[in-house]
Amino acid sequence: MIAAIVLAATFTGSVLALQQVENSRGEQATLEEVLYIPSARVLKRLSLGYSGLLADIYWTRAVQYYGEKHHEDAMRYDVLAPLLDITTDLDPHLLVAYQHGSIFLSQPPPVGAGQPDKAVALLEKGIRANPDYWRLYFTLGFVHYFDRKDYTAAEQAFEKGSENPNALPWMKVMAAAMAQHAGEPATAMEIWQRLYENSEDKMIRENAAQHIAAIRVDQSIPDLERRVEMYRQATGHLPASWVELARARILPGIPVDPTGTAYKLMPDGTVQVEDPDKLPYITHGLPPGWKRSPGKQR
Amino acid sequence: MWALEINGLAKSYPVGFLRKTLKPALQPLHLTVEEGETFGFLGPNGAGKTTTLKLLMGIIFPTAGTAQILGRHFHDPEVKKQIGFLPEQPYFYDYLSATELLDYYAQLSGVPADERRKRIPALLERVGLADAGKKQLRKFSKGMLQRVGIAQAIVHDPKLVFLDEPMSGLDPIGRREIRELIQGLKDEGKTVFFSTHILSDAEALCDRVAVIHKGELRGIGVVEALKSATADQVEVIWHGAGALPAVSSLLKESRVTGDMVRAIVSTGSADLLLEKLRQQHAQLISFTPLHGALEDYFLAHTSDREEVKA
Amino acid sequence: MISRLSAISFNTFREAVRDRVLYNLILFALLLVASAPLFGEISIGLEKIILVNVGLSAISLFGIIIAIFIGIGLVAKEIEKKTLYTILSRPVRRWEFIAGKYIGLVMTLVVNAAFMAVGFYLALLMVSRGLGKDDAALLVGIYFIILEFLVVTSITLLFSSFSTPIFSAIFAFALFVIGTFADDLRNFAWAATGLTRWFSTAVVYLVPNFASLNVISQVAHGQPVSGRLILFNTIYALLYSAAAIAGAVLIFERRNLK
Repeated sequence: MIAAIVLAATFTGSVLALQQVENSRGEQATLEEVLYIPSARVLKRLSLGYSGLLADIYWTRAVQYYGEKHHEDAMRYDVLAPLLDITTDLDPHLLVAYQHGSIFLSQPPPVGAGQPDKAVALLEKGIRANPDYWRLYFTLGFVHYFDRKDYTAAEQAFEKGSENPNALPWMKVMAAAMAQHAGEPATAMEIWQRLYENSEDKMIRENAAQHIAAIRVDQSIPDLERRVEMYRQATGHLPASWVELARARILPGIPVDPTGTAYKLMPDGTVQVEDPDKLPYITHGLPPGWKRSPGKQR
Repeated sequence: MWALEINGLAKSYPVGFLRKTLKPALQPLHLTVEEGETFGFLGPNGAGKTTTLKLLMGIIFPTAGTAQILGRHFHDPEVKKQIGFLPEQPYFYDYLSATELLDYYAQLSGVPADERRKRIPALLERVGLADAGKKQLRKFSKGMLQRVGIAQAIVHDPKLVFLDEPMSGLDPIGRREIRELIQGLKDEGKTVFFSTHILSDAEALCDRVAVIHKGELRGIGVVEALKSATADQVEVIWHGAGALPAVSSLLKESRVTGDMVRAIVSTGSADLLLEKLRQQHAQLISFTPLHGALEDYFLAHTSDREEVKA
Repeated sequence: MISRLSAISFNTFREAVRDRVLYNLILFALLLVASAPLFGEISIGLEKIILVNVGLSAISLFGIIIAIFIGIGLVAKEIEKKTLYTILSRPVRRWEFIAGKYIGLVMTLVVNAAFMAVGFYLALLMVSRGLGKDDAALLVGIYFIILEFLVVTSITLLFSSFSTPIFSAIFAFALFVIGTFADDLRNFAWAATGLTRWFSTAVVYLVPNFASLNVISQVAHGQPVSGRLILFNTIYALLYSAAAIAGAVLIFERRNLK
């Protein structure tokens, strides 16, 4: 009985003490520890043959690191690239580390590290170690296309990937689209769509979905504004609401954005989205002079 | 006041891996031991003697029942200052010397330091290990270890001493030494409770005995009374069956094997019998006063009931 | 109570000290510490850092090995050889036995660590020709290693209160390894959601946190350890060990000993 009380009291105490310990250690301790053995070669020897397990631990660390930084909208992700490098040195066949790691690296901050060149290096390393895995070519093409704006390199990557017998047919379509329609929204849409379909990572999928939504908005708003102009030319005045356009059979109904909210029709005939915070990456439909609010917006 | 009063102590162990059933190791046991008494706890191996002692020492916990030692609950730490215990086939920390071991145990029993310094050399002397006090126990013979065992059981001068099979595994000399030590405790007026499966030890030392078999108490007897039942009889063995008709009127019973005769006669008639055998030129082989009563008692109480019925 | 506790712990200490295996281990550890300057020769300019890393790691690792290998036998051996019978038939409470054994083993480990620390400082003296102010900070590293011993011994004792020696050793060592990755566990718990988060947070507090007790690399690089961290790590190690010992007592008090 006494032992049980002592057990409960001391254990509770130890939990509180550990929380204080965590507080006093702070952030920098974690980082230093992560980097304490920066050479994968040394690590591999120290792991006594369990390098696969160690690679998993390092991959988890990379994900945690990315997640933490992403959460605080950091502009710098200094340790991400070395962590990924160690991970893939320890286990060169850890495909998920190339696939997701490169996207973490290539996206511009605060979403990613903004290091597309390092992402390309990581992917090329992955392709060297896993030449049969065609999806790495897709990711490579993706990074070239969006973050390096190097359409030729992107085309080559898709082309190479499509030569793999296992590659799905749309890789060929991608390569063709690169050649003819580089820079067009439909092409971008297609790539994001494929990324969304081919990734299991929640953060990557969410990000792709937001990009897809942004492309839709950016395509819809000029079209809507064109229809408002048509109405003005026909009636001589600007519409007060979407209902007037619908009655005039210029629109089939009230237009909604990808979040399901109706677009705002402004008195001057321009169109805006209801909540720009819910639609990052859009370039149209923003209130004049609007700036993305900093903080935890995702 | 009883030195020991056992009120229905019982112990069962769960057996089986998936479907646990309870296997009784000790049926509810009722037993009392008077102060100053030497009490023998008899039974064949595996009868439940050690289980009873482990229950009393608080090494295992009973499934039912309780006990009082020297008027207190048997788990009371105060009680434990007054009792000593020698386990069966004891092993002691072999990296210690006899002196260190006794000092350690005395300290655990709360004997003050100056008292320990005085008492331990005297105790070693008493158990015949005066010269071996500084020797590590790993170099001790079995008999020496048993004597150290007795010493640790009495180092704190307890009123009641429990000994589990103190004579087992020893050579005849070792057994005699231990027997003398127990006799010494008895003479000092200590209560001694010891378990054994060796009847002659119990007969020589005990005031009373209890017989336990298959976890069940089968009987309690006063040793003197058991002895007197056969005390006036003598067993006589001789060569020369031809002498039998001349002496048969004196004999209580007799058995003839070839030329050899084994006969029981009362002590009163023994002289006459020997006289007649001499006259008949029979060759006397042995003449033994009988003490077989405890053995008979023991055997009668440990035979299985089913067998008795059959 | 105090005299019984001290008798049991002193006897435990005495048993360890008279065990030859222990000397082999200490000798081996001292050799390792002494050879640390040789490691340093290979990489120029790093002698001292390598010496500190190798030396402190050796003190920690060997102490933990000793803690586990003596710890698993502390209770089991006394049960197996029935020496416990002669102890429990005396006015010794079962918790006193467990606590006495624990204190005795910790005493042994502290004395060992002290010996190895002397060897370590001698090697340090050889390498750096004179001790500086920084080198006193290394004592904090050694102090944290002793806190590690407190925790390892307590969990070993906890396991050995209900398990066989070999399994106790495996459990204790596994928990030690998991505990050194406590930071990763904590990060995982932070990132998780729902039931996983709840469960992993519970694990973070249940397993001993060796990650925060390991400051070897930090002191090797001459970084100071804050007083606050020393204070709370001390409190943590003491309370966590006390909880593990209380758990061991809770189990041991109900046990029927064979």
